Amino acid sequence: MSDYAVELIGVSKSFPTSKGEQIAAVDRISLSIKHGEFFSLLGPSGCGKTTTLRMIAGFELPTEGEIRILGESMGETPPYQRRVNIVFQNYALFPHMTVYGNVAFGLEMDKIPSPEIRERVTEALRLVRLPGMEDRRPKQLSGGQQQRVALARALVKRPAVLLLDEPLGALDLKLRKEMQLELKHIQAEVGITFIYVTHDQEEALTMSDRIAVMSEGQVLQLGTAAEIYESPLSRFVADFIGETNFLDGELETVRDGLATVLVDGTLRLSAGSAASDLRRGQPIILTVRPEKISLHSRQLDGAVAGQIEELVYIGTDTRYQVRVSEGSRLVVRVQNSGSADQAGFRQGDRVYLTWDPAVARILVR
Amino acid sequence: MSVRTERRSRGPLIVLPAALWLILFFTLPLLIVVAISLVERGRAGGVKLPLVFTLEYYQRLVDPLYLGIFWSSIRIGLIVTGACVLVGYPMALFISRVAPGRRNAVLLLVMIPFWTNFLVRTYAMKLLLSAEGVVNNLLVGARLVDAPLNLLFNNFAVILGLVYGYLPFAVLPMYTSIEKFDLTLVEAAADLGANLRRAFLRIMLPLTAPGIVASVILVFVPVVGAFITPDIMGGGKVEMIGTLINRQFGVARNWPFGSAMSLALMAMVVVGVVYYLRTSQEGERPL
Repeated sequence: MSDYAVELIGVSKSFPTSKGEQIAAVDRISLSIKHGEFFSLLGPSGCGKTTTLRMIAGFELPTEGEIRILGESMGETPPYQRRVNIVFQNYALFPHMTVYGNVAFGLEMDKIPSPEIRERVTEALRLVRLPGMEDRRPKQLSGGQQQRVALARALVKRPAVLLLDEPLGALDLKLRKEMQLELKHIQAEVGITFIYVTHDQEEALTMSDRIAVMSEGQVLQLGTAAEIYESPLSRFVADFIGETNFLDGELETVRDGLATVLVDGTLRLSAGSAASDLRRGQPIILTVRPEKISLHSRQLDGAVAGQIEELVYIGTDTRYQVRVSEGSRLVVRVQNSGSADQAGFRQGDRVYLTWDPAVARILVR
Repeated sequence: MSVRTERRSRGPLIVLPAALWLILFFTLPLLIVVAISLVERGRAGGVKLPLVFTLEYYQRLVDPLYLGIFWSSIRIGLIVTGACVLVGYPMALFISRVAPGRRNAVLLLVMIPFWTNFLVRTYAMKLLLSAEGVVNNLLVGARLVDAPLNLLFNNFAVILGLVYGYLPFAVLPMYTSIEKFDLTLVEAAADLGANLRRAFLRIMLPLTAPGIVASVILVFVPVVGAFITPDIMGGGKVEMIGTLINRQFGVARNWPFGSAMSLALMAMVVVGVVYYLRTSQEGERPL
């Protein structure tokens, strides 16, 4: 058996446009997904993540490259002969069949004897916490319940890999949060590799062992949630995952992995360097997450002075917009650990900002 | 309260024109047909006066000659309906897959034959199939046959003409059903291990069945009673119920017998359709 559940080797997919040109939906992607991994493809709509998933399922064939499932090259293997199952975004439940009929369908196709089908369907419905719903029709179920039936229908086949195409997209926020945790539990229980497509960065961060951030058909960064959040390698990734500040500047010096950056010609800031091949005077972007910045009322060594332009109270945090130079503003998030009237700063206050240089990243412009 | 009573009192008023129309042009004529079928014929058409009650014409219906024509009409109806569904379903599927912007244009292509008179289209068909027609010229020219084939004045010609004439009636209801059908369901079935044939039989066919049922009725009912197409394409050699009835009111001048035959056809179609609807709806119940 292969070391990986799914491997994509230089996979591309282009579609013809109405004008006869070819548009690359997926552009030379290579990924290796481990057994039992919860792997997410994250990106905005149109980034190629769903096309990638559909190629793994076998609904689309790559124009270039190779897809291996359990070490076996898929070539033109049709979907019904692949050991993967998919949960569709709109669930795609069969409306003319009962819940039981839907979940049993895949097993009937495999010609499994009916006593075993009954056993496995019951087991699958227990797994997704829908026992006793066998005779309902999909239309009689809530969105969350339909979601669970779709999950049971795929899991009952005991696939090597479960593909999920934005399965929680149609649910309301609270249900979505519940289902995120439940999906994690189910995955732990069945031990199947999950490949999860989503545009919701929070969802990807919460659930995934590893995330591939995609844009315009390419994988921009691959890593754990913490790696991607803390050490983005590009402006796109830093911007897409969570909230962040960007300051355009020029590189002054790099010493011991610490870079000094000149912003707006006056502001001198330091940051942990991302790339090693940076030149002096090179235009760069300095990025630092709002929650990594501390606000002080007194001048401290190395602090950046600024003025609060705007503040928004958002429950757990207060979000400040601080002007640090003529053209630059930084967003700072401060947790509201005390009571509301203790929230230190007011609009127009003069403040001093500090952060650990290691949490600030340098990105090539 | 007052609004509700007002609405209730206005209800019958709204359906009055339609009711009048139906009574005047459907119920009354039908009753007249029933009446004519029960009295003796007049020499030069019409009925004999004073009226003489008789069941003679209904008794004549069970004559093997006429039963045979009834049966062959039903057979042609079934063949034509089957052919229309078999040809129309892929057509409807194709139209539903055309990009939405161009779909109406393609639907219009299906409708275009209606812009030409039915009679003209049928004569055109006849010209195509005749001994010196395009089809035979091509076949002979390509040396596929030595002499022109007898394509006209037989069941084949009648069936071809009827399929051609009624295909749009089959395509449109099936298109409506297929267009509503979510093709991801076929993908879901394929993903769960169904090959294309099984995905079609288990998922797509049952879910698009209402369109097929409507197509079958829309084609079968008029085809069983058709008389222009069998007359022209059959050249008097293919007898169907429609041509028979037509003759009773024309050259045979036997109105009562024609009326009895019409009513028998109507009864047969109503019973058949009701039975068909019953069984096809049962099939849609959960398995």
